[in-house]
Amino acid sequence: MRRLILILVPYAWLLALFLVPFLIVVKISLSDVALARPPYLPQLDLAAGWAGVKDFFQQLDFENFTFLTSDDLYWRAYLSSLRIALISTVLTLLIGYPVAYAMASAQPEWRPTLMMLVILPFWTSFLIRVYSWMGILSQNGVLNSFLLWTGVISEPLTIMNTEIAVYVGIVYTYLPFMILPIYATLEKLDVSLIEAAEDLGCSRASAFWLVTIPLSKPGIIAGCFLVFIPALGEFVIPSLLGGSGTLMIGKVLWEEFFNNRDWPVASAVAVVLLLILIIPIVLFQRNEQKNREAGK
Amino acid sequence: MKTITGLTAATLALGAAMAQAEEVHVYNWSDYIDEELLTKFEEETGIDLVYDVFDSNELLETKMLAGGSGYDVVVPTGTFLQRQIMAGAFQPLDKSKLPNLENMWDVIEERTEVYDPGHEYAINYMWGTTGLGVNIAKVQEILGEDAPLNSLSLIFDPANAEKLAACGIMMLDAPTETVPAALTYAGWDNPDDKSDEALAKAQEVLTDIRPYIQKYHSSEYINALANGDICVAFGWSGDVLIARDRAAEADNGVELEYYIPTEGALMWFDQMAIPVDAPNPDAAHTFLNFIMDAQNMAAASNYVYYANGNKASQEFLNEDVIGDAAIYPDEETLANLYTVTPFDLRSQRALTKLWTEVKSGL
Repeated sequence: MRRLILILVPYAWLLALFLVPFLIVVKISLSDVALARPPYLPQLDLAAGWAGVKDFFQQLDFENFTFLTSDDLYWRAYLSSLRIALISTVLTLLIGYPVAYAMASAQPEWRPTLMMLVILPFWTSFLIRVYSWMGILSQNGVLNSFLLWTGVISEPLTIMNTEIAVYVGIVYTYLPFMILPIYATLEKLDVSLIEAAEDLGCSRASAFWLVTIPLSKPGIIAGCFLVFIPALGEFVIPSLLGGSGTLMIGKVLWEEFFNNRDWPVASAVAVVLLLILIIPIVLFQRNEQKNREAGK
Repeated sequence: MKTITGLTAATLALGAAMAQAEEVHVYNWSDYIDEELLTKFEEETGIDLVYDVFDSNELLETKMLAGGSGYDVVVPTGTFLQRQIMAGAFQPLDKSKLPNLENMWDVIEERTEVYDPGHEYAINYMWGTTGLGVNIAKVQEILGEDAPLNSLSLIFDPANAEKLAACGIMMLDAPTETVPAALTYAGWDNPDDKSDEALAKAQEVLTDIRPYIQKYHSSEYINALANGDICVAFGWSGDVLIARDRAAEADNGVELEYYIPTEGALMWFDQMAIPVDAPNPDAAHTFLNFIMDAQNMAAASNYVYYANGNKASQEFLNEDVIGDAAIYPDEETLANLYTVTPFDLRSQRALTKLWTEVKSGL
C-alpha cells in the first residue's frame, strides 16, 4: 500500500502539473480563433450534455498546425532558437565546468562558501539582474565607460540589443544550473581513481580526459538539460537584451498570443515546441538506458 | 428573480458599507497619472485604490479577452476598445452615477464616437498624437542646421536615418502606429488603408530604414531620450514630453522637443472602461466620476503632458500644457491629424507578420 502511494505521488504530480495544462493547450490549438471571450471557438459546452461534447469534437481540425508549415517564419524561429540555445549551452558548459572543477578541488572547508557564492545571485530577482546587464552593456553603460577610460577602445562598443547581449544574459542567468550538478558529481569523485590512472602512466591531462570527464558525465548531461531546455523557450532575456533581429520562438509565441490574439495558433506553436523538446530527450534517455544495460 | 437580485444587491451594498475596506482595482498605462490623485481619491471616498500599470494595448487586450482580470477600470486605446466591446469585454456605463459627464469635451466625443457609438461603454481619459521626439542639438550636429525636425522624413528617409543611426533611433513597437505613419510618409491617400497593397508599401518603407533603428519598444525610449542615449524616437507625444522634463530635471545638457509631423499624424484616444466581470463596478463608477472632475483631470494632464477630453478642466491647466501646440494642437494642425480603425483578424495577421519581418530584418 505504501509503495503504491509512493508510486502514485509522482504520477499525480505529472498529471496535475504537466498533462492537464498540456491537454488544455492542445485543445485550444485545435480550435478556431474568434472575436469572443475567450477568443476561440468551439468551447466545450458541458451544459449542453452529450450533444455539446459531440458538437465540440465535430468542429475540431488541424488547420492551425498546417498553418505553421505554410509560413517559414515559424521554422526559422524554431531553428534560430535551437541555435541560440545550443551555443549558450556550450558556452555555459565551457565556463561552468572549470568553475565546478575548481570548487571541487578547493579545500573542503572552503566549499560551502564557494557554493554560497554561486547561489547568492538568486537572492536578487531575476528581472533586476537582467536589467542590471542593460546598465552594464548599454552604449553609455558601465562596460563601455570603463573600456573608454582605460583606452582599450576609442568608440563605444554596440553590445546591447545584439545577439551577443542575449548570450551574455543566458550564460549569466543559467550558469549556476550548470555548475551545481557538475560540482555535485565531481565532489563525489573518488580521487584514488585519478591517482591510479597517473600511477599507470597517464599524464595529468589525459587522466582528466579519460577519468574525470567520463565520470562527471551525469553532471554534464543534467547541467546541459537544465540550461538548454529553458534557453530554448527563453522570452525575457531576448526581449530585454536582444535586438529586433533576434528571432526566437518565445517571442513568436508571444506575438501570436498577444498581437494576433490568435490563441489557437499560439497554442499550436507551443505544442510543436514541446514536441521538439520531448522527442529528442526521450530518444536520448532510451539510448542512455540501453547503454547502461549493455554495460552490465 | 427580480426580488432576489434586488435583495442580493441590497445585502451586498450593506455588506460593502459595513466592510470598510472597499477596493477598486485600476489598470492604466505606465507613467500616466499624477500619483497624488490616487491618494486624494482614497481620502475623499474611503475606497482602497489598487493601481497597476501596463505598457501595451496587446497585453491589456489579452487580459480582457481571457476574462477574470480582477480589474474594475481599464484604459484601452480607441481601436482596441472598439474590438473589445464587440467581444463583450465591457459593461455599459451607468450614467446616473457619473454626474461629471457634463464636463466632457464635445470635440473629442465626436471623434471617439466611432469607437464607442453613443459613449455607452467608456469615457475619454487622455488623447494625444504619435510623432517625433528629437534631441535637437545632436540631430542638428549630424544633419546640419536645416534638419527636417518636424517632418517624417527625419527618420523615414533612409538617407537621414542612416546618418542618425549611430546616434540612435528608437521606434514604437506598435505596428498599428508605425504602419499608418509609413503610409503617410509614402504619400498614400488613406493612412488607415489595410489592403495588401498598402501593407506592402508600408513594409517597404519600414524595411528600408530597418538597419538604422536601434530598437522597437514602446516605453524604453523615454529614458533613452532623457539620458541622451538616442537622438530620435518615434513615439507618443506625452511620453516624449515626460522625457524632456526628466532631462531638464537631471540637468544633463540634453534638450528634447516633440514635433507633430507636418505630413500628418495619428490621433489616438485612451478610454476608461469597466470590464464586464469587474468585481466592484460601483467603486469603478466612483473612480470614473472622480477622474472626470475638472480639477482632478487638470492635475493629471498637468503632470503627464497629455491633452484630455475634459472641457471643464481646461481653465485649470497650466500654461505650458494648454498653451503648448504639441499638446493642444491649433485648428490647422488638428485638421491634419487622422484617426484609424481596428484591424480585423485577417489583416491583423498580415500586420503582425509584416511587423515581425520588419523587426527581424528579413
